[in-house]
Formats: sequence, structure tokens, C-alpha cells
Amino acid sequence: MKNGLTIAMPKGRIFEEAVELLRKAGYKLPQEFDESRKLIIDVPEENLRFILAKPMDVATYVEHGGADVGIAGKDVLLEEERDVYELLDLNISYCYLAVAGLPDTEMNDVAPRVATKYPKVAEAYFREQGEQVEIITLNGSIELAPLIGLADRIVDIVSTGRTLKENGLVEYEKIEDVTSRLIVNPVSYRMKDVFIDELVARLQEVVSYEMGGLLKNENPTSY
Amino acid sequence: MSRLFMFEKPLGMRDTLPELYEKKDRVRSNIAETMKLWGYQFIETPALEYFETVGEASAIDDAQLFKLLDKEGHTLVLRPEMTTPIARVAASKLLKEDIPIRLAYSANVFRAQEREGGRPAEFEQIGVEYINDSTISCDGEVIALLISSLKKAGLDEFQVSVGHVGFAQELFMQILGTNGRTTTLRKFLYEKNYVGYRESVQSFDLSMIDKQRLLKLLQLRGGEEVLSKALSIIENDKGKQAILELQELWRVIKDYGFEEYVKFDLSIVSHMSYYTGILFEVYAGNVGFPIGNGGRYSLIEKFGKKATATGFALRLDRLLEALGGKTLENEMHCIFFSQERRKEAFGLAQQFHSEGKKVVLQDITGVKDLDKFTKKFAGTTFLIGGRDSE
Repeated sequence: MKNGLTIAMPKGRIFEEAVELLRKAGYKLPQEFDESRKLIIDVPEENLRFILAKPMDVATYVEHGGADVGIAGKDVLLEEERDVYELLDLNISYCYLAVAGLPDTEMNDVAPRVATKYPKVAEAYFREQGEQVEIITLNGSIELAPLIGLADRIVDIVSTGRTLKENGLVEYEKIEDVTSRLIVNPVSYRMKDVFIDELVARLQEVVSYEMGGLLKNENPTSY
Repeated sequence: MSRLFMFEKPLGMRDTLPELYEKKDRVRSNIAETMKLWGYQFIETPALEYFETVGEASAIDDAQLFKLLDKEGHTLVLRPEMTTPIARVAASKLLKEDIPIRLAYSANVFRAQEREGGRPAEFEQIGVEYINDSTISCDGEVIALLISSLKKAGLDEFQVSVGHVGFAQELFMQILGTNGRTTTLRKFLYEKNYVGYRESVQSFDLSMIDKQRLLKLLQLRGGEEVLSKALSIIENDKGKQAILELQELWRVIKDYGFEEYVKFDLSIVSHMSYYTGILFEVYAGNVGFPIGNGGRYSLIEKFGKKATATGFALRLDRLLEALGGKTLENEMHCIFFSQERRKEAFGLAQQFHSEGKKVVLQDITGVKDLDKFTKKFAGTTFLIGGRDSE
């Protein structure tokens, strides 16, 4: 879009919270937004176009300029290491990356195995611990891996811990907190600076208000 | 490794077929012509250089270098960019007299790509190096030439974002001194992680005023008004000097009449560690990556001569993408001939050539599918048998 912004939104868990945040920031998004199965939704009155992508792909769309900005979890940014600006912590969809496994178990000495959707994060984490482990990349239902003996540990995002508990797994170490971030393509950041500054300012205001200055002493004038 | 198909090429290597070649060639010659008009002289350097010299001096990451061994066991690299080889040539040969030198190049460079293997690992860069002149006029000329070249290439919508290595450096030095905190902030800036940058600043044990100054750095992007804002948060002389240089540069750009293409961004930091002064990136609206970049650098010192230079490099592939898919007009004519009228056909072709028109001479018996073949041409002439037909 030449005179407006294309925003890449993550489908699923983060989507609703992100839409709510944009509405609070004063963007008039149509009602069907929430139910639609369309992949591209234009909101001409706001000069916005939304594209709906898998959460893992949002940063990719933004890096290539398929979208000017995007809303992506910090987990995705850590894993994908895309060349994008991470402008704002939206402070929504909180969860964290953690190491989990069956209770009271040790890593296998001979062949330590870790199953994960986040191979880069997992590898970097264990390397920092001085351990070389075999990373098994899975696409979902990671909790299955220790249960059937595919891996000793998993690295995954934990939000309430319910999934772990229901499958008899326990958390061993927390790796990093995860919230959603506003990311921007480096070219759009410069070529569409006016649109982007406005979006950032409006979102920033909502985020600071939501946090009520309690969580962090972030200064609202300084995004 | 699986067996290769016979038509396969190494990862990231591409063929340029006639139509693309033609487009590339036009863009290249338009830009080259502009550079020549401005008095820049083209040079060539070898595709292979020693790893120990050019490879080490280059700011391109080691992991991105294509390396090979020569017969003596020296490690060689395929040049990953042109600035370092030109610095080598300048230091060893051209700088014998202490005068400004204006050089240009268009050459293929090689960088191994890790992510999404299909990204080009060999691509053409066209650029200039203006060596041994430390004035702002020199910086301004390079940026103005960049803008003129892009205009001549037919690009309408683009922006040059200019920053200065010295500003952030001096701001950090003044507030934080040289320690781990400076390194942390630099790293966040380089990674474009403003969230991490802000969180770090907030966690530092500093006065509110100093925190504000560090946070303001992220907002210093826009027109010339950011320069006066920048002046208000920097206190030491070197930092002020950086801004004064940018203000002078702005005046130079204005004298060229190119101010609509230039903006400032003081948060630009480059992975190119040899930059010492102004630096810039070029963006075109419809391409997600910068189409070029440049700046002032001290690289020549690594090759033993005390001189600085300013240069830019444009990526031809991205520039072509920015120019869009305009198909070139087909102006090729074809003369079909049979044996009897061959001489007549050759004469006609000569006439075309003397008028500077493109023409193909085709023996009619050499074409199996005449319909398909004639579609390739804008016009045809048949000189066959007893009489001619169009």
C-alpha cells in the first residue's frame, strides 16, 4: 500500500488481543474482522490493510516488506532473527519460554535430546549452559516428546502451565519472558515514517495506560 | 549429499537471461554514464583476493565469505564487496601523489547466504569511491551523485537516510563512558531492538535527564529539524562536531537542489566497522531491503596510507526490482532470406545497421516453426524466391 500501512497480524491466540489493542488505540476496525476467514482485510477508512499470517511467519513478511509492520511474539523474533525494527513492547499475550520435562529426571548422558518448535532458541540456551544437546524440531504438541521417550526435555512457551500439568510434565528452567512486539520493516520505517510514528504513538499511549505505570517506569514520551 | 541434477547451479547463483540482461545493461549504462560525466573513472579488480589482506580488512562477516585455497596453500576469498579491493589499489598504487581521486566500479560480488538459500550469493554492485578528500563537499558530492544516478536510472521514489557514526558514539561516551553498557546499547541499536534498548536504559543507574537523552536518540529521525534536536542533547565537542558536519552537509545537498530526497537518522549504526563519519542508506518504496548504502571510511589506513574516502554502492538486482517490471519495447526486426536473394538481404541488413537499428538475418530453411519464431520480432521482411513479401 502506497498511502497507508500493511499490518501483518498473527492468527490465533495473539490475534484477538492485538485487535483489542488497536481498537483501544482508536482504530475503527469493522466487526466482521473477528470472524472473517479472509487472509487480507482492507480497512480503507483508516488507510490500513491487514494480512493474517501464521505467528511464526509474521516477522518473515515484515522483513521482506510484504507488510510494513507486524505484531509478533518475542519468541518468534528470538527464533527467526529477522532484520526488522522491534519498536514497541505491546505487553499483550504474556507467556515465557521454558525448559520442561518429566519430574525428577536427568538429561541422558549419552544422547541428551531436546524437542522444540524453537531449535535456535533451544540450541543457544543449552550452548550457554555449556551443554551440547541434540535438538529435535517438532511442529506442535511438543509435550508428547518426553512422554513417549523421544526427548528428555522440551523447550516451549508456557502461559498458564496447564498443558504441562495435564501431561504430567514439570518446568525446569525459565529461559525468557515473551510478550508481543510491534515490528517494522527497515525501509518502511524510513519511507513511511509519518504513518508509523502515528501508529507507534497511539499504541504507546494505550500500552502505558494499561500498565498504569506500575510494571515499568517507561516514559510515555519516549518510544 | 544427493546427486545433483545436471542443470543445477550452486546455491544462490543465478543466470541472467537475455531480457533481464538487456534491462540490467540499460540501468547499468545509465548510471555509469552519469558517473563518468561527473569525472569518475572506472576500474576493475580481480574477483579473487587473499583472505589475509582483503578478506580480513573487509567488514563482511567471515561466515559470508567464499573461501578457497591456491596452489601454495594461501586462503583466497571471492571479493565480498568492492570498497576493500579499491582501498588496496588506492593505497598501493594510486595515492603516490597526494591528490583527490574519483573512482567508479560495476562488478559482481560474492556473499554466501545462510538463510533461505535462494537469496543471491553473487550480485552486481555499482558504485563510486571518492578518495583522499576529507571535506563535507566530498560527502555531499557522493550523495548528490547517488541521487543523480538513481534519477537517471529512472527511479522516482526513493530516500537517502543519512546518519553519523560519531553522534551515538559520543553520546554514549559522554553519558556512560567506555564500558559494557555502551556495548550493550550499541548492540541493541545495531540489532534494531528498540525495546531492549529502552529497557536497558531504564535499568541503568543514571539521572532522569541522562536517561531521557539516551532515549531521545531513538527519535532523531526525520528532516533537518532533527539536527537541532540532536545538538540539544549532546554536550561534548566531538559529538557536536558530528552534528555540525551534518548541518554543513545539508547545506551542500540544498545547493545541489536535492533536499527532497534526503532525510536524517542518527540511530543508524552500521555493521561496517570502518565507517568514521557520515553514513547513509538508500531506500525505494516498493523494495523491502535497502537498495544501496555508503559513507565515509578509514579503510585505506589498513593498507598503509593515511587517507579517508567516501563512497556508495548500489545493488543492481534490488534497483531493478525497485524500477518494476516494465517490459522493454521489442525493436528487433527480422529479415528472412532464401539462397536466391541472400545478397539482397545482406544489403538490407547493412542499411538497418547503418541506421543503428537491430536486425536479425535468418535463413528461412533454418526455422522449423515459422509462426513461433516470427512472434519474437517487432517486424519482418521476407526476401524469398522470386518476389518479396512483407
